[in-house]
Amino acid sequence: MKKGIITVVGKDRVGIISEVCAYLAKDNINILDISQTIVQGFFNMMMIVDVNNITKPFGEVVDELDQLGNKIGVTIKLQHEEIFNKMHRL
Amino acid sequence: MINSLEVLETNTMILKENLDVRTITMGISLIDCADPDIDRFNENIYNKITTKAKNLVKVGEDIEKKYGVPIVNKRISITPIAIAASSTKTDSYVSIAKTLDRAAKEVGVNFIGGFSAIVSKGMTESDKKLIKSIPEALATTERVCSSVNVGSTKTGINMDAVKLLGSTIKETAILTKDSDSIGCAKFVVFCNAPDDNPFMAGAFHGVSEADAIINVGVSGPGVVKKALETCRGKDFEELCETIKKTAFKITRVGQLVAKEASKALGVPFGIIDLSLAPTPAIGDSIAEILQEIGVDYVGAPGTTAALALLNDQVKKGGVMASSYVGGLSGAFIPVSEDQGMIDAVNKGALTIEKLEAMTCVCSVGLDMIAIPGKTKESTISGMIADEMAIGMINQKTTAVRVIPVIGKDVGDQAEFGGLLGYAPLMPVNEFGCERLINRGGRIPAPIHSFKN
Repeated sequence: MKKGIITVVGKDRVGIISEVCAYLAKDNINILDISQTIVQGFFNMMMIVDVNNITKPFGEVVDELDQLGNKIGVTIKLQHEEIFNKMHRL
Repeated sequence: MINSLEVLETNTMILKENLDVRTITMGISLIDCADPDIDRFNENIYNKITTKAKNLVKVGEDIEKKYGVPIVNKRISITPIAIAASSTKTDSYVSIAKTLDRAAKEVGVNFIGGFSAIVSKGMTESDKKLIKSIPEALATTERVCSSVNVGSTKTGINMDAVKLLGSTIKETAILTKDSDSIGCAKFVVFCNAPDDNPFMAGAFHGVSEADAIINVGVSGPGVVKKALETCRGKDFEELCETIKKTAFKITRVGQLVAKEASKALGVPFGIIDLSLAPTPAIGDSIAEILQEIGVDYVGAPGTTAALALLNDQVKKGGVMASSYVGGLSGAFIPVSEDQGMIDAVNKGALTIEKLEAMTCVCSVGLDMIAIPGKTKESTISGMIADEMAIGMINQKTTAVRVIPVIGKDVGDQAEFGGLLGYAPLMPVNEFGCERLINRGGRIPAPIHSFKN
């Protein structure tokens, strides 16, 4: 299974998770794992998602998440999991 | 299972410490483009380059998106033109440089390297024509890079070529004097030039290579610097361990990008070049790493030791991360492209002589050094000869990329713009070496070249 890692960082507010999840559902991206913390008012979330059945090119999703982030005032990044596996695992 | 600390570490490296892949360079052989007719030759190379590299920039951008890691440059290296064009009947190769420039613009790469000749032992007619064309070629094109290999451990040094290049550099400087002699920033003289170096201005596609190949140059001085901040005051064992681990991680990103690019373009993967390459951006500096290791400014006593250590640990960490390592693999120490180096020159801590000593243990050589425009041709040849000798005797690659800035002197500053940065002019030892340069002929290969 091909997985993507989504990181969301920014000032906390109501509805961040809901907006991100609504976007993902629309593009047929299944969420496999979520971890989230709030440190001193800063929202910090990491999601592992299944990107096997996305309906559009990966790069487009990256751009759209970036735009969504701008809209709701947080930084949203989607990366293919391989970069983390390669860097941190032998 | 991926954990959030690792994700955080990777993304901090990318966002705050300038981790990037410096370049994807596609090497393309032009040997099959040979034609006696210059127009047909130009057409052949234009068609081959624009066909092979059609998707290079697009694929590079897709990979950037996929992994969220910047790939700063997409470039092309080609068979040295002096070889590819040797059967072409013409007096000047300037039109070839213009064709290369056009092809580079068409596919969207920022540099194309390989307006080059390999004359370590002697020059063919084609080599002479190429060298004669260099000043005009570099003055009338934007993206073409040129290099000449004038020596190697196996052949010795071609001193006729060294002499000729002193005047070639001067002429290039004069032709581009309106833009701080920038033509010279696109030209390198080499000893022991590798066939698979992805870094400009010295990249070319050697004759030992396949028809097309993908080489990747990694970067990341900022990441190493940040990692070293965690071991301030600790001993060398810990210092080396930290550099190795960081180099490993950086190289793994390069390896991943290289594999991916090679698959997407249908072109075999060549090598990863393990070089740490600085940029003028703050926090992306080799000089800062050396300072973190323990010298106040680059050039202070201890600098060469620090650089030697850095280079060695980068290689030790990097070789395990990639199946094929090649190119130059080490730390670049250009002046104009590294803010820490510029500061060291301005402080008076760093001189050309110290830089020359540092080139014994770095990846390349005297790189992006601005010198007074009045510097004599023979003096430039002398600097080249010294640097080539270091490479020849020590069986390593060395290079010279000096820029005599016409109309400027020590105390002035040269502006090259973009990735090439800016540089304060450095004083050059003005005592003569004309008698040495005028002897002509070759310096024979050293005794340890007779290994077999």
